[in-house]
Amino acid sequence: MLRVVLIKDLAISRGERRLFSHLDLTLVAGEAAVLVGRNGAGKTSLLRAVAGLLRPAEGSVSFESEAGPIEADAARAEHLHLLGHQDGLKSSRTAWEELRFQTLWTGGGEASARAAARRFDLNRLLDLEVRRLSAGQRRRLALARLAASPRSLWLLDEPMAPLDAGQREAFGAVMAEHLASGGMILASVHDPLPIPARSISIGEIGA
Amino acid sequence: MKAFGVLLRRELALAWGKGGGPLLALTFYACVVVLLPMAAGRAPERLAAIAPGIAWLALALAALLSLERLFERDYEDGTLDLLALGPAPLEAVAVAKCLAQWLATGAPLALAAPVAALMLGAEPKVMPLLVLCALAGGLAFAFLGGLGAALALGSKRGGLLVAVIVLPLFAPPVIFGAGALDGYAAGLPWTGGLMLMLAYCVGAVALSPLAMGAACRNALD
Repeated sequence: MLRVVLIKDLAISRGERRLFSHLDLTLVAGEAAVLVGRNGAGKTSLLRAVAGLLRPAEGSVSFESEAGPIEADAARAEHLHLLGHQDGLKSSRTAWEELRFQTLWTGGGEASARAAARRFDLNRLLDLEVRRLSAGQRRRLALARLAASPRSLWLLDEPMAPLDAGQREAFGAVMAEHLASGGMILASVHDPLPIPARSISIGEIGA
Repeated sequence: MKAFGVLLRRELALAWGKGGGPLLALTFYACVVVLLPMAAGRAPERLAAIAPGIAWLALALAALLSLERLFERDYEDGTLDLLALGPAPLEAVAVAKCLAQWLATGAPLALAAPVAALMLGAEPKVMPLLVLCALAGGLAFAFLGGLGAALALGSKRGGLLVAVIVLPLFAPPVIFGAGALDGYAAGLPWTGGLMLMLAYCVGAVALSPLAMGAACRNALD
């Protein structure tokens, strides 16, 4: 389990343009933080930098588990989960094939994939090909893989956008449970999350 | 290791099951093998002379076309992010993808190669060597093609770019393999060509995953 995520003096540039600089953020177990800011401020880039997919221009992201600081690569391979704009689902595979693979790939088991499918009300859809699912159903399938795997840091990019009101509430409950069990959430949002979360504004600091 | 197995099975299912799988590559292969004699002239003795060469070159082309989108789909639909955050490094992901590609299309093509060569009138005694060349060469084609596909990630007109990157890399195995086949058919020394080709395959399998991993990381950045 991760205990602390430490973002120190982070700056991100895309091409020649500096999106933001001097960003400091500490996230501890059981805590959620939301990133707010206008379009293009760098919320997605920040999430990808924490996930190690994007190299920051300056600064560092480090991780600590209960046993002390751990290598960023090890943390990324075992402890964090990223859900971007895209759901990362293959349209020609069935919902169950995708959920099962993604759960096993991120360290979960088949039983937890089943439980997550029940949790997100996906049981009727599991035999369907992903191409037959609506945008909201696809997003629920993508969210189910978060709940199914044992990873503690969730990086979410606009996770609620395609969900209806009922599903938002249900996902709020899942997030609250994740936090209660010592998880962490870092999310970029336009609408507020249905859980208590620290708000961090991006793109208005420095230049 | 367990994660690698899980990924390999998924990649195999994707390469084998969807969008025609090996059938499409085999059909393409058959088309090229039928077209080339029409261009090269259909006198039986001339065809028999170039038959192993045609069967061999068409194999490289079929491998190339089926590899073009090896990473592109995962890149576009966000799966590559997920694969990058898995327990295995991107280099291992690349190995799984290329291996699955080889099992799903390279190996069936290798079995089709002797049929094509026989149809064109090649001598039956060349067949075992042709299958061996096609299996080993197919492995090299899969890994080098994967390298091209990874380098072309995110570019428009990726298909042409992949071909331009990859075809020069295909030259050595095509030359060595054809040399071994020609030598064997003519009763000349042939093991040298075969050994060189196998060595090239080993090099490609060992080195290209490093480049594929770096290219994928670069595309995600």
